[in-house]
Amino acid sequence: MAGEKTLEKVVCEMEVEIKNSDGLHMRPAMRFVDIANRFDSEISVSNDQTNVDGKSIMQISMLAATCGSKLKIRAEGPDAQEAVDALRELVEDKHFDEPVPGK
Amino acid sequence: MKFADYVCFEATITELQADNRDGAIKELVSALEKVGRLGKRISKDVASAIIKRENEASTGMGKGVAIPHVKHKSVKDIVGVVGLSSAGIDFFALDKHPVHSIILLISPTDDPDKHLQVMENIFRHLQQEKFRKFLRQCRKPEHVEDLLVEADEDPFI
Repeated sequence: MAGEKTLEKVVCEMEVEIKNSDGLHMRPAMRFVDIANRFDSEISVSNDQTNVDGKSIMQISMLAATCGSKLKIRAEGPDAQEAVDALRELVEDKHFDEPVPGK
Repeated sequence: MKFADYVCFEATITELQADNRDGAIKELVSALEKVGRLGKRISKDVASAIIKRENEASTGMGKGVAIPHVKHKSVKDIVGVVGLSSAGIDFFALDKHPVHSIILLISPTDDPDKHLQVMENIFRHLQQEKFRKFLRQCRKPEHVEDLLVEADEDPFI
C-alpha cells in the first residue's frame, strides 16, 4: 500500500487477491462497481494485461479474474484511501460473501 | 476465447416474438433445444433457472444489452445463443433502457474459469459502440454469425 498526499489529491494503490471459487463473475463484479461508485475518487483496476475503469460493470467483467488471481486497485482523489480499503475488504475479507475453495 | 467457440449460431433468433423478459428467455432456450443443443426434458428447468437468476439481479448491463445466464448440470460445455428484438424488451436493466440484444449463456457447474473467459470475450466486444450497433441491426441469423466471426478475427479488439 502506498499513500502519497499532494495538495488535495491522494493516490492509493493496493494489490488484492480474488479468493472466492467462482472468481470475479457478474454478481461480484456488480458489488465491486457498486462500492466503487460510492466514492468520489477515480478508481482503476488492472491485471497484467488490462487496465479498466473500476466504476464500469462492463469493464470490470472484462478482467476475467479467476480465483487466486491478483488485481491492482488504484484510486486517485480525496477519498482514495477509504475507497481502496473498502474494495479490499469486499474482495479479500468478505470474498463477495461467496464460497472459497475447500469449504 | 472466441464467440465461435461457444455461440450456437443455428439457434440465433433475429426477431424475438416475446415482448417480455421471461418470454424471451424461454424462446432462446427452446431454440437451443430445437437444434439439439439441450435435452428436451430439461429445457423448461434451464429456462426457470435462468429466470430465477435474473430475478436475483438483472443481467441487463445497460446500453441495450443483457447477458442472462446460469450454471446448469445438464451441459458439459458452455453454450450461448443470440436473440435480438427491434422493439426492445424490459430487462429491468441498470440504466432502465429496453434491451435489444441478448446473449444467453448456459455454463456447466464445474468450470467457473471458462465462464469468466466467456464473459471477458462478450464484454470486450459489447463495450464497443460500433459492435453493439451492428449486432442490433442484424436482420438474419447469417448476419449475426458473420459479425461475430469477424469480431473474433479482429486483432485490434
